[in-house]
Amino acid sequence: MEHKIQTPITSEIATSLHSGDYVYITGEIYVARDAAHKRMKEALDKGEELPISIENSTIYYMGPSPAREGRPIGSAGPTTASRMDKYAPQLLDLGMKAMIGKGKRNPDVVDAIVRNKAVYFAAVGGAGALLSKCIKSSKVICYEDLGAEAIRKLYVEDFPVIVVIDSDGNNLYETAIKEFQILN
Amino acid sequence: MKNIKTADIVNIVSEMCIQANHYLSDDMNSRLKNSVNTEKSELGRKILNQLQENLEIADKEQNPICQDTGMAVFFVEIGQEVHIDDGLLTDAINEGVRKGYTEGYLRKSVVSDPIERINTKDNTPAVIHYDYVAGDKLKITLAPKGFGSENMSRVFMLKPADGIEGVKEAILTAVKDAGPNACPPMVVGVGIGGTFEKSALMAKQALTRSFDDRPSTPWVKDLEDEMLEKINNLGIGPGGLGGTTTALAVNINTYATHIAGLPVAINICCHVNRHITREI
Repeated sequence: MEHKIQTPITSEIATSLHSGDYVYITGEIYVARDAAHKRMKEALDKGEELPISIENSTIYYMGPSPAREGRPIGSAGPTTASRMDKYAPQLLDLGMKAMIGKGKRNPDVVDAIVRNKAVYFAAVGGAGALLSKCIKSSKVICYEDLGAEAIRKLYVEDFPVIVVIDSDGNNLYETAIKEFQILN
Repeated sequence: MKNIKTADIVNIVSEMCIQANHYLSDDMNSRLKNSVNTEKSELGRKILNQLQENLEIADKEQNPICQDTGMAVFFVEIGQEVHIDDGLLTDAINEGVRKGYTEGYLRKSVVSDPIERINTKDNTPAVIHYDYVAGDKLKITLAPKGFGSENMSRVFMLKPADGIEGVKEAILTAVKDAGPNACPPMVVGVGIGGTFEKSALMAKQALTRSFDDRPSTPWVKDLEDEMLEKINNLGIGPGGLGGTTTALAVNINTYATHIAGLPVAINICCHVNRHITREI
């Protein structure tokens, strides 16, 4: 099934999406990857506030290539999501509703997705030039010293993703493979 | 004796960094294009078409194919009759990387220390492998390697008794574990034999071999064909979202080894399997 959705992604929107659905996202999303997640975790451990508004937020795991003059961003495809598994459950419990990345997630993340009625999307890995066309603006909002790993706010239009893990915990990476597997 | 100036090396390497990140080789391109005709999953075909479109956009807009423009890995063959006139070859290659990654708007992904993790901001140092050969040419191959797939690579120290069946199992285990993380359809580089580090080096070098350049040893050629079929039967598919195109090619390099060992390394590459060679 195909959906067009607007951010912020609420639990109501998240629960309407099912594993295997094709989704076009429009609106504001955040970008953060390894080093930014580590800093956010350190801030929380110290009792400080997060630098982003986490309620109903969507975080895209991505580190762009530099933008050419006159363009909002360079190539901008997803990075491997499992590297953020250590941090994702805590952010989901604090209100994050959607993650965009690629690759498998661990059971703790799947539990946190179900517990918080959230969703995990995959974008097509390696298609950074294509995906950058859907990014209309990009602004570094904190941790600028991290370069490609800084936290950014993006405005995306019809950004194409696929629901991999839905709010019931169904996982497309596990189900879809079985359909095409030929046992040797 | 042939004299080569470091300034020429810097310029050529710089241009290679930009070229390699914008275009795939013809054999990679045509495998990717043809895979759409055989892929059985509808979602898989959609993803393969997007990858094709991505290549066209990267070319047209001069944006890298993938935002992970990798760590710059070089294989350098130095003819014994070559003399570098005015400096160190390693310094010239690193200067070329610095120039290419900066002027080409390529992502700088290298940190100076694996624990302290401070970005060097110019993608240096490169990883460089040297080999001395006959002649008076300097042959430089660059293979920028992204870490989505690099992280899924493995070395297995098998026993001789594990034999070819053990090798097959090792390759399938690595590919299954990699699954969607390695941005399939993948290219699978395999090194069999040598020592621990030699197998890994062969696996990486195998990724730079053209698909049209088949191994001359019959069992190696047969193993490449068999493993490609077995990997595609895993069902992982484009993006790991199910399908019949999990790998575009399996390239295997082999070397002599010790009576007590059977090292097998699997260096997985995503569909953005970049490599470029220049000769000076």
